[in-house]
This record gives sequence, C-alpha cells and structure tokens, in this order.
Amino acid sequence: MARLPRGRVVWPILYEVGVRSVPVVCITGLFIGMVLAVQSYDTLSQLHFQIHIGSVINGTLVKELGPVLAAVMLAGRVGSSIAAEIGTMKVSEQIDALQALGADPVAYLVVPRFLACFLMIPALTMVAEGVGIFGGWFVSTQIYGVSSHHFWSYSDRFVSAFDVVTGVLKSMSFGAAIAVIACHRGFRCGSGAEGVGRAATEAFVASFIAILALDFILALLTIQLMKLLLMMGVQVT
Amino acid sequence: MLGFRLTQRRIAADSIPSTQKHADFASAEAPQSLGLVTKKMSVDWRESHPVAIELRHAFRSFGDHAVLRDVSLEVRRGETLVLIGESGCGKSVTTKLLAGLLEPTFGEVRWDGRPVRGRPQNEKRRDRLRLGYLFQGAALFDSMNVFENIAFGLRENTTLTELQIQQIVHERLREVGLADNVIGKRPSDLSGGMKKRVGLARALAMSPDIVFYDEPTTGLDPIMSGVINDLIVQTQARRHVTSVVVTHDMNTVRRVADRVIMLFPLTGLADDESQIVFEGSRHDVFETDNPRVSQFVRG
Repeated sequence: MARLPRGRVVWPILYEVGVRSVPVVCITGLFIGMVLAVQSYDTLSQLHFQIHIGSVINGTLVKELGPVLAAVMLAGRVGSSIAAEIGTMKVSEQIDALQALGADPVAYLVVPRFLACFLMIPALTMVAEGVGIFGGWFVSTQIYGVSSHHFWSYSDRFVSAFDVVTGVLKSMSFGAAIAVIACHRGFRCGSGAEGVGRAATEAFVASFIAILALDFILALLTIQLMKLLLMMGVQVT
Repeated sequence: MLGFRLTQRRIAADSIPSTQKHADFASAEAPQSLGLVTKKMSVDWRESHPVAIELRHAFRSFGDHAVLRDVSLEVRRGETLVLIGESGCGKSVTTKLLAGLLEPTFGEVRWDGRPVRGRPQNEKRRDRLRLGYLFQGAALFDSMNVFENIAFGLRENTTLTELQIQQIVHERLREVGLADNVIGKRPSDLSGGMKKRVGLARALAMSPDIVFYDEPTTGLDPIMSGVINDLIVQTQARRHVTSVVVTHDMNTVRRVADRVIMLFPLTGLADDESQIVFEGSRHDVFETDNPRVSQFVRG
C-alpha cells in the first residue's frame, strides 16, 4: 500500500487551494450578489413583489450560484494550475524522479490535491454565498430601499437547511471532479511548453463542463430526495 | 531497518581501482559473432561480475512509434556500462526500463535474476531504492530547495531523524564538490553544472548500489563536463557502485567506461538486424571497423 502524503506536503496545498482562493471567490461572489439584486429588483418591482427580493437572491446563491461559482473559480485558478504543475513535472522528468526516489506519484501528487479541492471547496462555497448575500442585501436595502426586515424574513422562508446542506455536498462533488480532471490532464500532458499549456486549458474546459453536467444531475437528484423526505414526513424546509 | 542500514554504511574511500579494471577489460576480449556485435567479455570476467540488472528481449513502443525492438543486455555488478548512440535510438528508454521507471511493451526486466514485472508494489519500491538516477536535466523538484531535494528520498523512505538527514545531505554535497551555502537555493538559482551535481547528490543520498546517469554532460561546457566525468569515476571508486551511463560524449566514454554498448535507431535498421550494433570495451569502440560505430565515434 502506498504511503499517504505527510502533513508537510498537504498543508501548503490546502493553503494554496483554500486560503489563496478566498480573495477571488469573495470578489466574484460580491459582484454576482449585487448583479442578482439589480436584475431581480427590476423584474420584481414591475410585479410589486420587490420585498421578496431576499428570497430570490439568497435562494439562487445558496442552491445554485454559490456552489457553481466557487467551483468555476476553483477550476480556473486551481484546476489549471494543478494540470500545469503536474504537466511540467512530467515534461521535466520530475515525476520519474519521484518514482526513482521511492515516492508514489499518485499518493504524493494526486491525493493531497484531491483532499485540498474536496475539503476546501465547501468553505469557499460558504464564503462565496455569504459575500454574495451581503452584496445583494447592500444593493437591495441601501440603493433600492427594500427594508432589511423584509429582505431577511423572506430569505428565511424560502431557504432551508436542506438547501444549505445539499449546496455544500454539491460543491464537494465539484471539488472532487476538478481535482481528478486536473490531475488526469497533468499526467497525460504532451511534451514541451505547448503540451503543458494545452493540459492547463483542457483541465479548465473539462472541469467547467463537468461542473455544469454534475450540477444538472445533482439538481434533479436533490429535488427527488426532497420529495422523498417530505413523503416520509421528514421536515426539510 | 533501512535507516539503520544507511547510518551504518560508510563510504569506502579506498584507492581507485578503475585503471586496473580497464586493463582487465582490454585484455579480456573474446571475439564472438552476434549479429553486428563486435566483441564480448571473457568468461572469467563474467563469473567475477554477476548480473545485477538484465533486459531480456525488450520491446518498447509509444503509441505507434517503436523505440526498442528485441533488445537484450546485461549490467554486471561493479562495472560501468556506457550506452551510446544517436538521438532517438532508445538509450534513455533503455535505462528507464532497467531502472523500472518504464515497463517494456514486451519482454522483461530482471533485477538480481528475478523479473520486475509481477513484483508487489512495496517490494518493487523497496528494490528501486537500491538504484540512484541522475536525470538528463537533473529533474530537481522546483518547489523545493537544494536541501529538501537531497533529503527527499531519506524523508520519504527512512525513519532517520532530521539531524541524521542533515548530516547525510552535507556529506553528499561535499562528495559532489558543492559548498554548504547552496543548501537553501532553489533549482532555478543554480547553474547547469550545479544542478547536475545536486542531482547526483540526491541520487546518492540513499547509498544506492546501482547509479544511472542519463546524459550527464549534455549542455555543459567542456570544463564542467570534465568535472562531472571525474565525479562519475570518483563515485564508482568510493562506493563500488554499478554504473550505467547514457551519453553522446566520447570524452565521457574514454573517461568512465568499462564496457560500451551502442544502440542504433530502428528507422535505420533492417527488420532482421539487432538494435545493439556494438558491444565491447572502451578501447574497442575507438578501434572498431564497424562503419556505424566508427562514424558515430569519430563524428
């Protein structure tokens, strides 16, 4: 059995994947939240439903946009980087060197990156959702004059703990897909700088498609699961 | 156990036996016909140098591109075998097959007489630690400094303390002629020659029995090439290791080789021709009338 990676290998990767992704996730989350507020208010105000804007923003962010947004950012920032790093190591024989020095390249390179993506993405998703909700609240209440009380009370009514939990689980599946795809592309990297560049691009494109496909499948599954739980009398809202 | 073994091992700083060994090789010629192979070593020499690693009828392709076809060769304990041949003839692939870093498409690799294929991963990993490998571009880990590069194998595979690892790293650096002040530098801060030396120090860190050198002097100036060649000879003398050297550099052949094998690219061979076009001592390689060999040797 291959030896599992040690802490001194895993911690820097957790830091790189998790902590260093926070700024980009915050910035994109903030703007997405604010744009959602602008677009939703325009439509809701024509129907005189503008006080419901909190439910639209928060529901959309928690159920869909938060996990997808964090995953897309992770795929762009971390997935491409993983593919390029492993690809460069392959091209420059560093992976052969790992083997020659008695390390298992999968245990040493793939496992820590998989763990980092799998474990860090729920936190990044929560951050994206939190900052996005703040952006939406700020625009709704400070620019459009929706009362803060209405914003939060309608949010509470339409966003459940079930949504938060399924959003987090969804994000973990995205993180796993990103890590597997990026490592795979890195190990299958062609020769030279061109090969490394192509591996990085392919890692992002394949991860992005995988995220959207997984999102669709998981959306169907979570709705079926919610119906099943309701039929069983479990309170999920 | 390995940690214990490592701490117990001492570098044998005895005299260099290579000149005497070269003389033995030169006088131990027993001409045989084996396709285009010109000369082979005597029965006495073979008996005193058991086979350490062996390639048997190895074929290797990458996709549709065949690189090796039915190549069989032996590396004998204590010798320095030099593989020569033009670019793309499969020298590096051959050494990676011998070192277990690649698997042959067909055929087999044997370490100490036992096939590598089919061995449990743990056993293969443990046995691979007996092999040191200096890669063509040194293949130092970019994300680590010199100390971490040299210490990598020790940290991954032994239970040595950090203090013991530090001692070994400093010892290996001295062995390859580098000062202690390079220890914190990143590979990107090192010259080509320094990278090769650090690569050699890393390859020697686990006190291997067999050392592979893939193009050790490529990209270096003649003076640094001489230094690296001297290091190969010194390593052989101090540690009595078995060495496999891949090179285009005939100065390296002159300086380090006990035995020379020349491979030829498949594109230039008929279907029934052996890919090994020469096997013999380092003296033979400069005197052979085989046109393929003499053209390569004389340039």
